[in-house]
Amino acid sequence: MSASAPWRRVAWVVIALLLLAAPFLIEILFGRTWVRITDVALLFIMLALGLNIVVGFAGLLDLGYIAFFAVGAYCYALLASPQLGMHWPFLVLLPLGAMVAAVFGILLGAPTLRLRGDYLAIVTLGFGEIIRVLLNNLNRPVNITNGPQGITLIDPLQIGGFSLAQTHSFAGLTFTALHNYYFVFLACAVLSIIISRRLEDSRIGRAWVAIREDELAAASMGINTRNMKLLAFAMGATFGGVAGGLFASFQGFISPESFHLIDSIMVLCMVVLGGMGNVAGVVLGAVLLTVLPEALRYIGPLQQRWFGEVFIDPSDLRMLLFGLALVLMMLFRPSGIWPARRRKAEENHAAG
Amino acid sequence: MEIFAQQIVNGLVLGSIYALVALGYTMVYGILGLINFAHGDITMIGALVSLAIIQLLAAAGLPAPVILLLAGSGAVVVCATLGLSIERVAYRPLRRAPRLAPLITAIGVSILLQYSAALVWGKQYISLPQIIEPAQFTIFGAQLTSLQAAIFLLACLIMAGLLWFIKTSRMGRAMRATEQNPDVAGLMGVNTNSVIAFTFVLGSAIGAVAGLMVVLYYGLGHYFMGFMLGLKAFTAAVLGGIGNVGGAVLGGLLLGVIESLAAGYIGDLTGGVLGSNYRDIFAFLVLVLVLVLRPSGLLGHRGGDRV
Repeated sequence: MSASAPWRRVAWVVIALLLLAAPFLIEILFGRTWVRITDVALLFIMLALGLNIVVGFAGLLDLGYIAFFAVGAYCYALLASPQLGMHWPFLVLLPLGAMVAAVFGILLGAPTLRLRGDYLAIVTLGFGEIIRVLLNNLNRPVNITNGPQGITLIDPLQIGGFSLAQTHSFAGLTFTALHNYYFVFLACAVLSIIISRRLEDSRIGRAWVAIREDELAAASMGINTRNMKLLAFAMGATFGGVAGGLFASFQGFISPESFHLIDSIMVLCMVVLGGMGNVAGVVLGAVLLTVLPEALRYIGPLQQRWFGEVFIDPSDLRMLLFGLALVLMMLFRPSGIWPARRRKAEENHAAG
Repeated sequence: MEIFAQQIVNGLVLGSIYALVALGYTMVYGILGLINFAHGDITMIGALVSLAIIQLLAAAGLPAPVILLLAGSGAVVVCATLGLSIERVAYRPLRRAPRLAPLITAIGVSILLQYSAALVWGKQYISLPQIIEPAQFTIFGAQLTSLQAAIFLLACLIMAGLLWFIKTSRMGRAMRATEQNPDVAGLMGVNTNSVIAFTFVLGSAIGAVAGLMVVLYYGLGHYFMGFMLGLKAFTAAVLGGIGNVGGAVLGGLLLGVIESLAAGYIGDLTGGVLGSNYRDIFAFLVLVLVLVLRPSGLLGHRGGDRV
């Protein structure tokens, strides 16, 4: 280990430099659209890591996770847009959004966590739908969410006097809004990775694993399973809330349509495909599932060119592949592309 | 009072459809302990298949009863095959896997069914051709069409038949034995694999009939219709006590009535603040309330987790 330590350090420095240079390299190589996709991928890394705490660490299947993303996004959008005439600063809104999302997490968790895992799945599914129905209908009698039209003209991120929406020049490089957001998102994503890793090895993380493997045994060993499960829900929701706030400021526009069941499923796919419980795997899953559907977009024009008409809408094809991937992964590689070490060990143990 | 009677009648008709779908959830849950997420979508496939057959045969000018019979049998055959293959391919290999695994494949299957349907039938609403002119009559001051009455009666007939089948037939006894303890049932000479497969076939076939009823009731079909229907039917199953066949029937009828009363009165009760666009929320509220207050449902027995 000690012999390879310098190499590891070099590797980390190279990775860090690559990540810092990434938006500029990507813009030169693939064009501006892909910088935007990279930004979105970073947001999805945060979301997937949040869901990983709930599904991967604690083993609670949450099918309405996108609702917390929506709560965070609407929390930011309502308090920083002309909709309610309020323009609170970002540094207040970010923790506020995280807290509100955490409260929603506890609100959802408290009545349902006593129940068996599969009930939880259905209740969270319904919860996700309810949040969307509420967002769609809370424009009457008092217009709060502006209904299906959504909220526009959301303030961009501004830290001190530095607006991320403007183009800045620094050291001979031009930082457009996409670049600025990239660095903020990167910082948040890296922070999420560190938090996840630290949680995983902590007392709390081990309690979650114990609950996931056998709740009854965990409770007999003195773990307060209810509080631990609530904590997992609140933590996961917090990640979602922060990502939601960032998303709202990044887009400048949000509507209930961005928070569909399909999006919950997509984040779940990232976690499951990447490797439930393994932080690196989940990050990989998030990147893959953001980039691949974008690549699928080229299939539409290709069909047009080859067959003269579009048989499969790329977004439908994406969903078909997601569904197929979920089934096939569970059947043939249930611990994901990049499995957690512990899960792998368990699998080998079970097989032997 | 007339509105009240009307809402009760509407609720019972709709509830009988929920009950049929709920049977599929509850039978599979009783035997495998698995929420078959794809069941709502199997019902959707049943609905769209029967719609397609009706469209085809209506153009040929056949009499309405023949069309409906053929549409129903077509849907039953397709859905039963589908249920059988889904169980074989997606659930059976995972029977000894951790709980999360079959749940996730079930979601995968559900998405696959939805988007395969979108591929075949498109994403727009498909409307039912006018093949029957239902007669209207009044009962207890409520308007009822002969179509609604037929749906309700057929649903009741199927449910009664199923209860009788499970109670008296050899296969029904095998199903109950497998439900109580699959391993011991196996030792007693029950072929549990074929019992489980049969349960899926039966549930899917009943789901197919429910799908045809939904199409006739609303006059519409859509690739995503299975989602809400599934959620409500599942709620009905939980309300009655999941795993309990009689409970699913009771839960379905109750949920239909609750939903229809709530949707009918919410506007008046809240002074027009909340409208019937909140209709779909009631099922969910019922679900949460039942889970909090009485997780074992109305007819379910209270039991701890097995170690």
